[in-house]
Amino acid sequence: MTAPAIRLNDVHKSFGATRIIRGVSLTVPAGERHAIIGPNGAGKSTLFNLISGRLTPTSGAIELNGESVTGLAPYQINRRGLSRSFQVTNIFPRLSVWENVRCAVLWSLGYRYAFWRGIEGLADVRERTEHILAEIDLIDRRRVQAGVLTYAEQRALEIGITIAGGAGIILLDEPSAGMSVAEAARAVTLIRRVSQGRTLIMIEHDMDVVFDLADRISVLVYGQIIASDVPASIKQDRAVQTAYLGTAA
Amino acid sequence: MPARRGAGSPGAAAAFAGLAAPWVALALLFTVLPMIFASGSALTMLSLMGIMIVFALSYNMLLGETGLLSFGHAVYYGLGGFLTVHAMNTVIHDHLPVPLPLMPLVGAFGGLLFGVIFGAVSTRRAGTAFAMISLGLGELVASSSLILRGFFGGEEGVTTNRTKLLRVFGLNFAPQIEVYYLIAAWCLLAMLAMYALRRTPFGRMCNAVRENAERAEFVGYNPTMVRFIAFSLAGLFAGVAGALAAINFELINSASVGAEQSGVVLLAAYIGGVGNFIGPVIGAVLVTWLRVMLSDLTDVWQLYFGLLFIGVVVFAPNGIAGLVMRHEPLWQARAYGSLLRLALAYLIALGPALLLVAGLIVVIEMSYHLSVKASEGPTISVFHLTLNTTSVWPWLGTAVLVVGGYLLFRRTWPIVDAAWHNALVAAQGAGKAK
Repeated sequence: MTAPAIRLNDVHKSFGATRIIRGVSLTVPAGERHAIIGPNGAGKSTLFNLISGRLTPTSGAIELNGESVTGLAPYQINRRGLSRSFQVTNIFPRLSVWENVRCAVLWSLGYRYAFWRGIEGLADVRERTEHILAEIDLIDRRRVQAGVLTYAEQRALEIGITIAGGAGIILLDEPSAGMSVAEAARAVTLIRRVSQGRTLIMIEHDMDVVFDLADRISVLVYGQIIASDVPASIKQDRAVQTAYLGTAA
Repeated sequence: MPARRGAGSPGAAAAFAGLAAPWVALALLFTVLPMIFASGSALTMLSLMGIMIVFALSYNMLLGETGLLSFGHAVYYGLGGFLTVHAMNTVIHDHLPVPLPLMPLVGAFGGLLFGVIFGAVSTRRAGTAFAMISLGLGELVASSSLILRGFFGGEEGVTTNRTKLLRVFGLNFAPQIEVYYLIAAWCLLAMLAMYALRRTPFGRMCNAVRENAERAEFVGYNPTMVRFIAFSLAGLFAGVAGALAAINFELINSASVGAEQSGVVLLAAYIGGVGNFIGPVIGAVLVTWLRVMLSDLTDVWQLYFGLLFIGVVVFAPNGIAGLVMRHEPLWQARAYGSLLRLALAYLIALGPALLLVAGLIVVIEMSYHLSVKASEGPTISVFHLTLNTTSVWPWLGTAVLVVGGYLLFRRTWPIVDAAWHNALVAAQGAGKAK
């Protein structure tokens, strides 16, 4: 049996006396599309920050493919095959779209801190960058400064940077937030395509997107997972309905 | 450029020629410059410019490329210089078979060594913390230079004799022209290396860390490591510059590691423009020229220097190179007609601006004379005019120059604004039509 892509074991996180994450245990098998939903302030983004190394848990253990990553720095976790996007667009604003994606490609292709070889001649870097840009539909905008892209384009670039390194586990933090219905639909298609053959965990508020994409859904309320199941069961779950979806549903 | 493909194709050859052409032109320029400016003082000036270009470009590896504001970059310049002088003296004393042109390697090693040591401490943090640590390290080294007399030579510094090393090709480097070509060769080499460094995976990640260190961390890079390598390599090239200075002056003293030297390189890089490669080169040439020429012309040259810096910070935060590069889109769009009209507008606005600046200069010079040199008599000579600083008329005249120049400038600036606007519109139109 292969190890799950992600295993959280009784993870706690407190800021001072405030307990944000209060004992989360979660297992996501490899290849699953997993959505985390929950009301504002439930601790969803904090959970992502803990998994990706931006924050260190107060207690508990986090495993990636069976290996402990608790307390590692973000770049160490990224090198073990986990990549994430951010709720507030987090790109390299004054670099071109091309440079944004290329920077995200370099480490995974093994170029590390190479200062002794030119970057323009690296065919694999160029091809992979082109491939990612085609994937996120920004190939025509590659010379544009990332900071002047439209909001939806920046969100696409955010996903492009996240998938560029070829990580096996992808964390997307509200990928469709602030988008129009048409833009969100395009985002769903994009996410479905790029998460093929990967493990995806995403935080999402748009229930249409969630039920459309997710194999399983976990509901985080007040720092605890109150339910974790397939979408059909989550819809039926009484605790979830009162806590989050609204009783009328 | 991303669109380029296929190494080995004719396109690649053309691309290589396109890359090499500016460097060949620069090498030619370096070669013929001393034939055009052949006087002794001009040769000295050119040598100083070459040293400053290397130093300013090494500084920009930190500030422009990696976003690290250092107040202590002279540490690596000076220590590289000291190590070079000591190495030269050892070579001379022990009759070692090492020629002078290789000595900058010692400076490079020294700069790298101390870059690694101090970089390990200071690059853990970016931003204000990094700037403060660099200031502290600069003060630390500057003050120890007055304590560790054996290495730093106390107030007088350490001297050497560049003519006593192993001779190659019959050169003994006694005449300044030979030293100039030595500096020019190393300058070209260092420029090429630093330019190439920007176009490597590491160079691009420096930019990424400058833009958004956190995001860089989430694509696999340790920003501290990127900063550390950048810092060490910047130290290496600063050490080369320090070694060239030591060879040029045959002397190095504690001033070379001091705060003023750190300040000058910051000013040079910033005035030239940290946003692109050519900026610090422009800044190095201009600042070196100003420091030599202005200090000959006036005692208060540092005031003008400071005013220039303030002017750049306020009106052209991307430096001189940034000002020039603003016109690049117009050039790209082949909007030559609008560019010409824009140039005319600049000329129109330049007149009043010159009046204003001239008036300010006379006011500064007269004020300085009255407050410091009044005992030497009431008259001074500015712009070939003899003015009586105790009479009311020169003051009135300059007041008219300053106020009139300012008012006229305000009237003419809208012409520039309009020309700029028109040029942009024309360029955009041309871009769409393509």
